[in-house]
Amino acid sequence: MASSSMFQLVITRLLEFIRQPEAIFWVYLFPILMVVALGIAFRTQPMEQFDLLIEEGPRAAEIATILQRSPDHSFDVLILSAEECATRLRTGKTSLVVAFIDDSYIYRFDPTRPGSMASKAAVDGVLQAAAGRIDSFVPIEEAKSEPGGRYIDFLVPGLLGMGLMGGGLFGVGFAIVDLRIRKLLKLFLATPMRRSHFLISLMISRMIFMVPEVLLLLAFSWLFFGVMIYGNVLLIVGLILLGSIQFAGIGLLIASRAKTLEAASGLLNLAMLPMWTLSGVFFSYDRFPDALHPFIKALPLTPLIDALRAVMLEGETMSQLVPEIFLMAAWGVGAFLLALAIFRWND
Amino acid sequence: MDFAIDVRNLIKTYPGRPPVEAVRGIDLRVPMGECYGVLGPNGAGKTTTIEILEGLMPATSGEVRLLGLTWKQDAHSIRQKIGVSLQESKQSDKLSVRETVRLFRSFYASGTCVERVIEQVGLMDKAKAWAKNLSGGQRQRLAIACAIIGNPQLLFLDEPTTGLDPTNRRQLWEIIRRFRESGHTILMTTHYMEEAERLCDRVAIIDHGRIIAEGSPRELIASLGADHVIEFQVDDPQMQLNSLEISALPSVQLVESDRTGYRISVGQPHEVLPELMRLVARHQLQLTGLATRNATLEDVFIHLTGRHLNDDIGPNTGPGDGQIRGVDHSETGFAAEPISSAAAPLTSNRSQDVRSTKELKGTQFNDE
Repeated sequence: MASSSMFQLVITRLLEFIRQPEAIFWVYLFPILMVVALGIAFRTQPMEQFDLLIEEGPRAAEIATILQRSPDHSFDVLILSAEECATRLRTGKTSLVVAFIDDSYIYRFDPTRPGSMASKAAVDGVLQAAAGRIDSFVPIEEAKSEPGGRYIDFLVPGLLGMGLMGGGLFGVGFAIVDLRIRKLLKLFLATPMRRSHFLISLMISRMIFMVPEVLLLLAFSWLFFGVMIYGNVLLIVGLILLGSIQFAGIGLLIASRAKTLEAASGLLNLAMLPMWTLSGVFFSYDRFPDALHPFIKALPLTPLIDALRAVMLEGETMSQLVPEIFLMAAWGVGAFLLALAIFRWND
Repeated sequence: MDFAIDVRNLIKTYPGRPPVEAVRGIDLRVPMGECYGVLGPNGAGKTTTIEILEGLMPATSGEVRLLGLTWKQDAHSIRQKIGVSLQESKQSDKLSVRETVRLFRSFYASGTCVERVIEQVGLMDKAKAWAKNLSGGQRQRLAIACAIIGNPQLLFLDEPTTGLDPTNRRQLWEIIRRFRESGHTILMTTHYMEEAERLCDRVAIIDHGRIIAEGSPRELIASLGADHVIEFQVDDPQMQLNSLEISALPSVQLVESDRTGYRISVGQPHEVLPELMRLVARHQLQLTGLATRNATLEDVFIHLTGRHLNDDIGPNTGPGDGQIRGVDHSETGFAAEPISSAAAPLTSNRSQDVRSTKELKGTQFNDE
């Protein structure tokens, strides 16, 4: 075992990795910082507070009082001149401006801004009630914010997938280009080392690096945000391994002919960019037009994140994830074989 | 008996516009147990040749057999039997000497014990040091360790001591010599004459992709017909001393001059020196420097090509620049240049461009 070249190739790769403090930081700490930052930014607030402006006018103070006394909502109200209000609305500093001109209320808002519709609905409800509207019925509200349905629960599988992608692509890609620049690939070629052993060793070492990365992220989000895995933990492990193999394979392919770190870096970023934005790391890809969905679903990151979410949040089982698993395996094996065929060892 | 290396009519042309003919028909036969040197200036085709032999690139045409095997049919088994040190490969910075050697050991089905090889190359006290903390000489010894860890029957070394200081170079020579003495065949390229003279049983001098001379270093130097070189400088602002006069002195084979002084190849220094003194005295000149030394492979190369081995100068530096052959010795096989045309550039600025000042300092002029 100790003398097998595969074992030695994996060992040396691991040693080189743990001897680079900066790599450790990026691979292990960065995803956690991301969880912290986004978890805090999108934390569930007890009662949403609406920031809004009221244009100066005869009834401005009265409107402000009505809103501030509302028991159902919390409004942060400021009375400003019409010009000032317009400026703030345009620059996105407020989501809603309420004016009362010629006996009628005017709501000014930009419907594309997140939160503006909710502000409008809340303000409208309070003002209508104050003007004498009687609700036709009073619903019983059951507010739910349990682990599993929060943004952070949605986010963690996305970040897991993103970490596997970044680590796989950059970890493997840069390692290869570094060896190529050092002419070590060429030297390896002159030895009886099996080429496939070398490429497989890169994928295996990638899988090993990623174990602490994943464990840290899951443990951290469980401890601090209560993020749970509802489905089968073993299935999660399997998906993570498959994902890391898949991205290691794609990393191999991308770096298979790159001669400089700059070239590799450009190609890797080019490959990552569509997945970062489209594959649903931070928000669901349902927001993109339906016509794009087949393309988005074919990207390697999408099935990984979809499957992770399905298992972590909805407790789905392996039989429900056959298409995702098949697609990821196809990406991994296809990329590996293509890389083996076109790999540039010499120079 | 099989040759360790048997190369016939090797040709390598790199595609391009125009195509580059790096190797133009090389034949090599290296018997088992020999240390064979491929000597030549940068760009002569040394590295291309050795990389084709190492199986790192295909030849355009020609036949290569190593240990009786061909790359086409027995690539894996050749790789088990050869060791390779490349000119520019750099081991991973953050792996120790021991880890690096152990990795390379794992590639070979059989080989030497890791610790023993580390000892052979004198890196015992650096076994735990990361490659990035090694000196140039130590790195080079690590490269040799990785090349010999599979106990290869045939070892390829491409410029093993380039860029090293004399002490490190000598240490490396010792390692190579010991490896050769244990019965292994070595093929090395170098552009250091002294290296080839010290280590190699035979050398091939190659230039522009062809072998222009082959033989033991001693034979090649003897082929000059002049075992000695006299270098001298005179204080001669009016250029009174004439190279033709010098070449007429007894036993003189070749006269070269540039602004650093004169270099004459001679058979018998004791015949030339008194005459030379007399000549200088007749012109009432002051001798400012005088040295005699044995001829080297460098002189052989100059003799054959009219260029220095380490001149990175274009083809316009043809034979004849600043060079006059002894008038009595044109039978050496190299026709004397027409004297009128050769004499012209002797004192011109052109020849000053060609030879830099460091080049008249014996064999050390190869240290760049």
